[in-house]
Amino acid sequence: MSEPILSVRDMKVWFDVRDDEAGGIFPKTKKLKAVDGVSFDLMPGETLGIVGESGCGKSTLARSIIRLVKATSGEAIWMGRDLLKLSDADMLAVRKDIQMIFQDPLASLNPRMTCGEIIAEPLKTHFKGMGKAERREKVSMMLEKVGMDPAQINRYPHEFSGGQCQRIGIARALITNPKLIICDEPVSALDVSVQAQVVNLLMGLQEELGISLLFIAHDLSVVKHISDRIMVLYFGNVVEIGTAQQVIEDPQHEYTQKLIASVPIPDPRKEMERREIRRAKRAAS
Amino acid sequence: MNILEVKNLSVTFDTPDGDVHAVKDVSFKLWEGKTLAIVGESGSGKSQSAFAMLGLLPKNGHAAGSVKYMGNEILNLPEAEMNKYRANEIAMIFQDPMTSLNPYMRISKQLTEVLIHHKGMSKREALGESIRMLDAVQIPDAANRVHMYPHEFSGGMRQRVMIAMSLLCGPKLLIADEPTTALDVTVQAEIMDLLIDLQEDFGMAIILITHDMGIVAGTCEDTLVMFGGNVMEYRPTIDLFENPQHPYTKGLLEAVPRLDVDVQTLSTVSYDFLEGGKK
Repeated sequence: MSEPILSVRDMKVWFDVRDDEAGGIFPKTKKLKAVDGVSFDLMPGETLGIVGESGCGKSTLARSIIRLVKATSGEAIWMGRDLLKLSDADMLAVRKDIQMIFQDPLASLNPRMTCGEIIAEPLKTHFKGMGKAERREKVSMMLEKVGMDPAQINRYPHEFSGGQCQRIGIARALITNPKLIICDEPVSALDVSVQAQVVNLLMGLQEELGISLLFIAHDLSVVKHISDRIMVLYFGNVVEIGTAQQVIEDPQHEYTQKLIASVPIPDPRKEMERREIRRAKRAAS
Repeated sequence: MNILEVKNLSVTFDTPDGDVHAVKDVSFKLWEGKTLAIVGESGSGKSQSAFAMLGLLPKNGHAAGSVKYMGNEILNLPEAEMNKYRANEIAMIFQDPMTSLNPYMRISKQLTEVLIHHKGMSKREALGESIRMLDAVQIPDAANRVHMYPHEFSGGMRQRVMIAMSLLCGPKLLIADEPTTALDVTVQAEIMDLLIDLQEDFGMAIILITHDMGIVAGTCEDTLVMFGGNVMEYRPTIDLFENPQHPYTKGLLEAVPRLDVDVQTLSTVSYDFLEGGKK
């Protein structure tokens, strides 16, 4: 088996927050342990799904790896080097290889830039020598790759639908030819019909380009569909990690079991059975 | 008995770009104590249909057709007449409990206000009734928590408060507009289970507006699928899921990734049924 492309070791992100329960005249602070000792490996070309309820630390974990939030301690070994110890200049070089896609497709695009400028922006940062014509060429090709019409290159984000905006976000992430894309709830703001298109697009591109994905979502059904392995976070800790099949079919931790029992299944007979099981469980406890 | 009969309901908005027909010719019936799901994607007109029934459309919106509640026409009633139906007969809960509760007011005030206004109760009676209702929606330590502000509750607890508030006057019909969309999956299951339990205890009919086919499957006798303001399909839920007739329903059901089924690629919804093919 090949070497992991990313190894996260004992990652901790603690925030100082005001302690309302402490007495005294002066405000006291306490530690909020958003991420509390998370370790995992990510293989080249692999998709690792990260699930958990809101506030469990999944986004903070992802952001701490690429230093959008400061980690309290831990290591993020990227191809042999600890990202958390890199100088800003070295980190900038690495950002070319690690890109990100965000949840709200419209909010993550600058409303005053055209779709072409948005997608070209990473090229300006990471490939300073590239000429204007070549940039434009690349952007057009990328638009086609994500299933959009290159003729729309001069339009602004508000002229696109949510699904199209997410495609622009994906194009922006892909343009630097990254090795890893961190997807933070990339489809949760989309309608199911558009969600299916974007999920298919991501999976197709991954197969074609061999990139690794960290796929964060709260929808376990989507995560199961797209991921090779799934990691379940609960209050900042990994409570379970395994292949998608293992985690879904044989969940070990109580929270994972509850989560799986709660995911609605579009099948009336199964779903009514599941509700009766949940009811019996509640009555028992 | 039929509690609600909607016939040819249409909603039109005047906009600077001309009329927008948000809902076209929607008809359905709801029986006492039963649940109907209205499913659709954003912009399908599902919420606007409900708003029109309760007279909650904005000023530039117009509703036409007929909505009969227990045999009486309630569509486009004057505000004063409509208020007799609201809360007492028909209640509504919304997607985001934080924006539909008043952040400046204690829960106690917001709950008792309903009873004082609609039922003419004294403050003391109203408070007792409110605490009983918070108990019914399984908020622990209701007698103390009734005096808290909305921000002191979690999202799931806030939605329980909203449900309690909507049930205070014992409505016969509850309209729930995406009641669990803002909640975590585990909390969503708890709230949906609670709604079903309450329906058994209180016997109200429910119209559940949602985009989630999974939620529909577990809770509703009948399902109405909307797209672009039109009804695509309206049938008993089990039939609809096991043997969808309309291509849009089929497409929607197949586009949802499922926990219990493995597929290589998700199928996408085809809009071939529309004239011109494209959405």
